[in-house]
Amino acid sequence: MASLITCPHCGARPKEEFSVRGAAMPARPSPMAKDEAWHAYVYIRDNPKGRYQEYWHHAAGCRRWLVVDRDNLTHDVFGVTDAADFVQARGIE
Amino acid sequence: MRYSAYSIFKQALSGNRLWTPAWREPEPKPHYDVIIVGGGGHGLSTAYYLAKEFGITNVAVVEKGYIGSGNVGRNTTIIRSNYLLEGNNPFYEFSLKLWEGIEKDFNYNAMVSQRGIINLFHSDGQRDEYARRGNGMRMHGVYAELLDREQVRRMMPYLNFDHARFPIMGGLYQKRGGTVRHDAVAWGYARGADQRGVDIIQHCEVTGIRRENGVVTGVETTKGFIGCNKLALAAAGNTTTVGRMADLELPIETHVLQAFVSEGLKPVIDHVITYGAGHFYISQSDKGGLVFGAEIDFYSSYAQRGNLQTVEHTMEEGVSLIPGLSRAKVLRSWGGVMDMSMDGSPIIDRTPVDNLYLNCGWCYGGFKATPASGFCFAHLIARNETHHVSRFMRLDRFERGYTIDEAGKGPQPNLH
Amino acid sequence: MTSYRLASGGAANRGRSLTFTFDGRTYKGFEGDTLASALLANDQMLMARSFKYHRPRGVVTAGSAEPNALMTIGAGARSEPNARATVVELYDRLVAVSQNRWPSLKHDFGALNNVLSPFLGAGFYYKTFMWPALFWEKLYEPLIRRAAGLGKAVMQADPDRYEKSWTHCDLLVIGAGPAGLTAALAAGRAGARVILADEGFRLGGSMLSESAMVGGMPACDFATTTVEELATLPNVTLMPRTTVFGWYDDMVFGAVERVQKHVATPSPDLPMERLWRIVAKRAILAAGAEERPLVFGGNDRPGVMTAGAIRTYLNRYGVAVGGKVAVFTNGGSGYRTAADLVARGVDVTAIIDARPGSADPVPQGIRVIRGGSVTDTRGWHRIDGLIAERSGFEEVIACDALAMSGGWSPVVHLMCQRGAKPVWSDEKQAFMAPDLGGAFVAAGSAAGFDGLSDCLKDGAAKAHTVLESLGRRALPLALPRVEGEYDASFAPLWYVPGAKNKAFVDFQNDVHVGDLGLAQREGFRHIEHTKRYTTAGMATDQGKLGNINTVGIVAGMRGVSPAEIGTTTFRPFYTPVSFGALAGSARAEHAAPVRTSPLAGWARKNGAAFVEAGPWHRSAWFPREGEKTWRESVDREVLNVRANAGLCDVSTLGKIEIFGAGAAEFLDRIYCNGFLKLPVGKARYGLMLREDGIVFDDGTTSRLSENHYVMTTTTAYAAEVLSHMEFAAQTFWPELDVRFVSVTDQWAQMSLAGPKARIILGRVVQDDISDAAFPFLAAKEVTLRGGLRARLFRISFSGELAYELAVPAGFGEAVADAIMDAGHEDGICAYGVEALNVLRVEKGHVTHSELEGRTTADDVGLGRMMAMQKPDFIGKRLSTRFGLTAADRLQLVGLKPVEADKEIRAGAHLLKDQAKPSLANDQGFVSSACFSPTLGHFIALAMLKSGRERFGEKIIVWDGLRGTEVPAEVCPPVFVDPENTKLHL
Repeated sequence: MASLITCPHCGARPKEEFSVRGAAMPARPSPMAKDEAWHAYVYIRDNPKGRYQEYWHHAAGCRRWLVVDRDNLTHDVFGVTDAADFVQARGIE
Repeated sequence: MRYSAYSIFKQALSGNRLWTPAWREPEPKPHYDVIIVGGGGHGLSTAYYLAKEFGITNVAVVEKGYIGSGNVGRNTTIIRSNYLLEGNNPFYEFSLKLWEGIEKDFNYNAMVSQRGIINLFHSDGQRDEYARRGNGMRMHGVYAELLDREQVRRMMPYLNFDHARFPIMGGLYQKRGGTVRHDAVAWGYARGADQRGVDIIQHCEVTGIRRENGVVTGVETTKGFIGCNKLALAAAGNTTTVGRMADLELPIETHVLQAFVSEGLKPVIDHVITYGAGHFYISQSDKGGLVFGAEIDFYSSYAQRGNLQTVEHTMEEGVSLIPGLSRAKVLRSWGGVMDMSMDGSPIIDRTPVDNLYLNCGWCYGGFKATPASGFCFAHLIARNETHHVSRFMRLDRFERGYTIDEAGKGPQPNLH
Repeated sequence: MTSYRLASGGAANRGRSLTFTFDGRTYKGFEGDTLASALLANDQMLMARSFKYHRPRGVVTAGSAEPNALMTIGAGARSEPNARATVVELYDRLVAVSQNRWPSLKHDFGALNNVLSPFLGAGFYYKTFMWPALFWEKLYEPLIRRAAGLGKAVMQADPDRYEKSWTHCDLLVIGAGPAGLTAALAAGRAGARVILADEGFRLGGSMLSESAMVGGMPACDFATTTVEELATLPNVTLMPRTTVFGWYDDMVFGAVERVQKHVATPSPDLPMERLWRIVAKRAILAAGAEERPLVFGGNDRPGVMTAGAIRTYLNRYGVAVGGKVAVFTNGGSGYRTAADLVARGVDVTAIIDARPGSADPVPQGIRVIRGGSVTDTRGWHRIDGLIAERSGFEEVIACDALAMSGGWSPVVHLMCQRGAKPVWSDEKQAFMAPDLGGAFVAAGSAAGFDGLSDCLKDGAAKAHTVLESLGRRALPLALPRVEGEYDASFAPLWYVPGAKNKAFVDFQNDVHVGDLGLAQREGFRHIEHTKRYTTAGMATDQGKLGNINTVGIVAGMRGVSPAEIGTTTFRPFYTPVSFGALAGSARAEHAAPVRTSPLAGWARKNGAAFVEAGPWHRSAWFPREGEKTWRESVDREVLNVRANAGLCDVSTLGKIEIFGAGAAEFLDRIYCNGFLKLPVGKARYGLMLREDGIVFDDGTTSRLSENHYVMTTTTAYAAEVLSHMEFAAQTFWPELDVRFVSVTDQWAQMSLAGPKARIILGRVVQDDISDAAFPFLAAKEVTLRGGLRARLFRISFSGELAYELAVPAGFGEAVADAIMDAGHEDGICAYGVEALNVLRVEKGHVTHSELEGRTTADDVGLGRMMAMQKPDFIGKRLSTRFGLTAADRLQLVGLKPVEADKEIRAGAHLLKDQAKPSLANDQGFVSSACFSPTLGHFIALAMLKSGRERFGEKIIVWDGLRGTEVPAEVCPPVFVDPENTKLHL
């Protein structure tokens, strides 16, 4: 992780081609959701030590947003998926 | 034992064999008035001020490693109070004032060195931002100067004035900013707290927080259960892990910031310098090493190490700013694991759990805050009321819309 | 003469003599020497002073762990401080100067510290220098700072260049000693892509220094033969002079190649150093083992060296380090050194072996003191004797050099850089490499093997294992016969107690056993505390030489196993790396790429002054003859735009094309104001919020056809806005059919503003652009005279009748020229971003000076734009939080100085009239300020508490930094044409 990212569209590419946004697990609530849900979405982070899903943007490549499934303690990467696929799999609250 | 030139002289005559431990290594008592989780700078200073300023001495600091093993021992040692926002400036100025008297206060030479800090600017827009910041400081009675290019050149002739991609136009200078010997801060507070009766319990990891009827009653640790009336968390870098034991939901993401030291050099850089066209900052320690850093690695990490791209980027900025560094050599890099909060500012507050107090979210600015953080946290714990300089650092400010967003970057922690 | 060059032998090229200087004296050495071997050959044992006590020091090793022999190499801007003489390859006319001494290396005032050392024990500085407080910064600290540090950095720009490169391989072999060479050979013959990197300038590692026979030839020749075969394999890359300094995620290794550090006159066609990022599928660490010094009184005297180092100087460089050499050992290495010395005719006075007995062969006639130890040494600038002790009896033995061997520590540094800890082995009495699961393995003595034949064998074996894991078969390697290897095993001896003199564990930082004891007594018991308190392991060698001794000694003091103490953390860099190599070519003017507008040529022709705006160089103003200050030019440009017309380059604005059936809906959710009903052919100003309700960016978006929009963003946020929209499209609303492409660089865009804009534009554009046909906020494709298709937008930042014309970038300059020609008779001028800024401040338009990441739409008077009736847009939900809607928020206002000739500057703060400056009285700040030539006085935009309720109030513009206080009147932020009549001309 973090030296090389294997983009599902472009292959293994160096980190400097990417930018990192942050946690991928929080799903944007529906416009009707309660204030608490919106607050939690924008501000609260689960921030686990270990396995972590994170948004990376292949900004200097295919320009797709990706979700890097990784361990933030060992920096091992378990997989990289296109963010659209990740979102579909995660479901919308 | 009181430290002084005389004590050094006297001990030397007896072969330095009679020095006593700087702190005890006690076994935990069954119960304390206050338990502080985290034997870093903030935890130790909290214990120290609890004992010294608020008379609460039945206190334990529990630390999973050795004291000072976190960020107080792996930072770039800078102190300053050149903050823009009302939520920050008075707090950091309070901290700087405490730094100024700290050595006498805890009888330990932490080498507080007010050699001056300059924030360089490279455009009109940046000058205006710094002018705004400097005027804000002045309003609060904190002296700052806006230097032009030639004034900067006279102070730091080795900067890249003639071939810079982003020319130096001037800088915001705070003479009272500077550096402190970081380890000595942890040790000085630990020794001072210990002398006042605080138990510092190293190698004691908290594994659970016990609550009865929603009220904290103590902690489960690797050395068994320890009871307390009040529990205070000062475990930056691991705030989420500890907070989860009490079901706290926190606006924190953990990131790694690398820092660097060069080989020892004769004094060449007399100030703390920050590069306005990047994130690079540098000073030179009393031992001669150049101490510097730049940006975080941007991804979430609990590993105390970073990657090569960030290393290279830091050096690129360093050599761009100070071309004469090119042939000097970098000795060591390390990584500090930090609480990055959602607005880049810290939290010193009560929590939704009774008797549980929280000190976290220091991002990469925690070192300079160490005295004020401990003082304000001790104030909060002892009196159950917020110290006025930390009154904006509330946990509920995100919900209420009162974020303290010094960088103006919004709720994305790695941008602060 | 005590150390000298032997009449023959060694691998240095005696046919090529090189001249060099040390501290101004001229010496001669040979090609193939290191600076250290050449100095020793010239009997220059005194090479440096230690850090704290300024003790005289010689060289203690022959490799990269050298803590003592640090010097400054080269002259002027090419001088490099703290170079280790043991790894500096000698070149002709090399200039070396000793460090950290005054007035000379031989007579150093700093050595006074040595006398004061009882008062300067570990951490003494934490206990004193506190009184009086003022004295720290004025007296103590300057003194300490001056005394500290090693070499001097000249702080001049580096005349040489540096570069970076990636490379990839199946197997990276780190270290080209016996194990590394056989590993590379086995893998190379099997066809794997192999990189063999070694920090030395000659591949072969310890084989270059040992006297054993390998494959029927001297070990050194065997190494050369193997390297020659490797060089013929196209799939093997040999990288001498290359230090692998760091192991990073994903098997990326950082390495630095010293391309020209060894040449007298560097070629401008080559870099000085090259940084490599090596991506390896597998790696073998064959970095060897470090010989431990023994810790006894006076073990730092010049002439006391590791036994292996003495062999290296003898066998590789043909240099005897002394005429009478004593040996103090706890293992076979000391005996081998003695044997090699005797074989070359050098006197060995005695072998003191800490063990009661051993099977090591003793050279004929050499006295062995078994079960003895060296308790102290004598001499100052060089050792002249030692005190040996056995069974309570002491004797003085004269010597001019002392070989010491305390056993071996595998060099496992790189394998421990990513969190894994080395593992103590009782059997080996050493910390061993951690098991990292097969991708990165240690081989040879780095893996704990002692003998040369075992190392050769292990290298090949590890290569085979690694290749198998890559699915490759390798034929077994026929291993050469080794004759005359020695038994490198040893018995532990952490230190020799009872010395009167200090017994050092960290030579450079002058940390001795007494300091370690003090640290334990004072409670700094964790090894990291011990390290930080005593500074053991914090010198330029990062404890390579001393750390394991420190651990062993502390373990002994505490009566526990070294396993219980553990090591301190291994971190990059393995050896120090220059800033230059890590920075590469991204420095000075090349620190970041310059973005140049397609209209830069036009601007230059018109005499523009340029200014940095982030990565861009933008035309700032266009001085004309006779104008002495930038203000004169800007004032003229502003007045001319308001009176006639001006042309400004706005190509730097971000431009994003948006396509798709879902584009309208998407824009409606991205912007806080409505976009669903924007008709084709129209532009609209849009405001984007962050999800927290704060303004993110602003710009205009125009609908060119049903499903095709073009958006402009601010210059600063162009990239962020595109990423933000891509994120939203992909993760929030994947159901929307919408696509984006950045076209910032594809279009040249210019703003033609002023009452005569239409007349001038009409001469360039074929289409009807009358107010009726092309009203305010019209946006469409037009055809220029000559047939070029262009995009025309009737939008205005200046408040004047204005158009933005976009043409394909390559045509930009020609079109701008044509407009200037067309406007000549109507008095058109070129205007820059400074005038543009004045025009917008006069008109009260906000930029990122106001939208600074903390302002809401309402703060800047755009609250009415928030279409709260929309079901969803980014930032909607959190924009209504209490703090974001509080009545005392800062709001955008205008300011006019009460006295017309007073200047207001951005960055000033605001006070109520008569109020004292204090944080409590702080009312806000000036965000933008300028001289308005239209009004004839300064004006400003400011953010003021509850500002919109305070129009007409007198307020103080307080600029303490620059020493001014200017009374001003709060007014609406629009200074010119508040009714917008000019927009609709």
